Amino acid sequence: MIKQINKVKRSWLALAAIAGLGVVALTGCGGSQNTPAAGGLTGSFSITGSNTVTPLTAVWAEEFMNIHPGVNIAVSGPGSGAGIAALINGTTDVCQASRKIKPQEINEARSNGVEPYEIQVATDALSVVVNPANPVSSLTIAQLSAIYTSRITNWKEVGGSDAPIVALSRDTNSGTHVFFKEHVVQMAGLPGADNSLEYGPGVLFLPSTEQGVSEVARNPNAIFYPGLGYVTDAVKPLAIKKTPDSPAVLPGVATALDGTYPIARPLLYYTDGAPTGVIKDFIDYCLSPEGQARVTEAGYVPLK
Amino acid sequence: MLNKGGTLVTNNDRAAAGPAPGGLGRRWRPREKLIEGWIVLAGLLTIVVLLGIIALLMKEGLPIFLHTPPWEFFFGAKWYPVSEPPTFGIMPFFVATFWVTLVATAISVPVGVACAAYLAEVAPARVRETVKPVIEILAGIPSVVMGFIGLMLLSPLVQSLFHLNTGLSGLTAGIMLSLMSLPIIISVSEDALRALPDDFRQAAYALGATRWETIWHISIPGSLSGITAAVMLGVGRAIGETMTVLMVAGGALAVPIAPTDPMMPMTAAIASGIGNAVRGGFQYQALFAIGLSLFVITLAVNLVADRVLERQKRKFAR
Repeated sequence: MIKQINKVKRSWLALAAIAGLGVVALTGCGGSQNTPAAGGLTGSFSITGSNTVTPLTAVWAEEFMNIHPGVNIAVSGPGSGAGIAALINGTTDVCQASRKIKPQEINEARSNGVEPYEIQVATDALSVVVNPANPVSSLTIAQLSAIYTSRITNWKEVGGSDAPIVALSRDTNSGTHVFFKEHVVQMAGLPGADNSLEYGPGVLFLPSTEQGVSEVARNPNAIFYPGLGYVTDAVKPLAIKKTPDSPAVLPGVATALDGTYPIARPLLYYTDGAPTGVIKDFIDYCLSPEGQARVTEAGYVPLK
Repeated sequence: MLNKGGTLVTNNDRAAAGPAPGGLGRRWRPREKLIEGWIVLAGLLTIVVLLGIIALLMKEGLPIFLHTPPWEFFFGAKWYPVSEPPTFGIMPFFVATFWVTLVATAISVPVGVACAAYLAEVAPARVRETVKPVIEILAGIPSVVMGFIGLMLLSPLVQSLFHLNTGLSGLTAGIMLSLMSLPIIISVSEDALRALPDDFRQAAYALGATRWETIWHISIPGSLSGITAAVMLGVGRAIGETMTVLMVAGGALAVPIAPTDPMMPMTAAIASGIGNAVRGGFQYQALFAIGLSLFVITLAVNLVADRVLERQKRKFAR
């Protein structure tokens, strides 16, 4: 057995050596390509945070890097909370968030010498989706709250078939988790609002939005709340009623822009102080008509 | 100490053999000392790293007990780290880790030991030489790939088989984990079985025992301590695995009553929360305290495995 392991180790070493050579060769080539054209923008920075905003930021970053080959932008989407924590800890240049920074987080940032600066870059209609086989087509916010606090656990209680509800949520890293808790579970600003409501014990917390959407596509009893950009044909968005008497509104660009869709929210960038240099150029691009045109293409709602 | 002992043996051997051909005499000693010193340093480094990790876990994790008393932390069933005020109770995670590990062990131990017995006692040498490396490759599959397989293939199957609301459950995670600890259990048990002196088997055959009787009454009991160590290592792997359980265990915050419930084991709780935790905040401290508890559990499992292995070695040292 030891002999076998040695053999395996040797071949791994060889592999590692080849990989190492490859990396050296690649960086060698990259170095010459990265030489900027005269007067071109250069620099690199990182954007991290919301899983919801990530597809949009990725489109912008790709386009911006195409226009300015000397710029390098690293985008990642662990969740808004994670992004804000990274901004406070000084490990990211830009934080993308699908919820507003909390006062407590601002205090923590200031004690770390970071001054959060907020820029709204787009709007999102938070869609509630179910499996296409589910007969339910609209819910009130109060019903959603009851579902996500595990007070309603069967679809027949909201006009569906007699089947248990599988309520899916994002984990605590997610800005969507926090936004949905405040505006739907706790019904902020609506009759019956209750700050002490929490996600119920039956709710499943998932590490990514994609996983929730694919589970809903497969499971006829599941319900989930992805951003508009994640809604595919494999799932059915529900029309939402603000109160039992108000009209049921489907999520979409038009309904979010005119304010009739009740669970729309701002998508935000946070930087340490007002952005400067290449980061400012990037954010200016995002807010330009050209950048805002990409927002609709990516499935989000542009700023007016 | 061990390194030193090892080197001394080499020196004695060399002394007994006289000056080696090619001029390997006393003048090479300084270099040998250098290497010896380097090895000692390398050994010390791992100890320093281990102590550093323990110190860090305690420094970052223990302050949470000023906010949440230990009994509430360990026996509380409410985990709301981002609420105002936050509450930290890790009972659901603790029970989830228990269920997932139990399922993984219940599957991987019988299958693993049976496979090891086949490889060590029954299989012809050629089959063994082919199968064992293949099993060891199974150990090298990245856990995120296992998670993906669990998500796409196993969870729909588990859902329809057990008529569950969702296939994302502790059972699914446990089955995936059993696949991941199988290679360890098979490999170590097979070594233990093969370490058993052949005289035992010959004696059994001489008394007219069949092959099955020999395996069941002689080989397995004879190498039981080695097999136990294998099981402990497999259990340790199952407890510590993170990515797979994060992806397929379902992540519900209720205390799971049955293994078929969706649940969030301790490792998944840490992984899903740590990105969001501000350094030094309550959630950060609570997650480190979970890490500390996890460390204590895996340490205990490893210590037991170590003791058992040691006993096995002493038994056959004669």
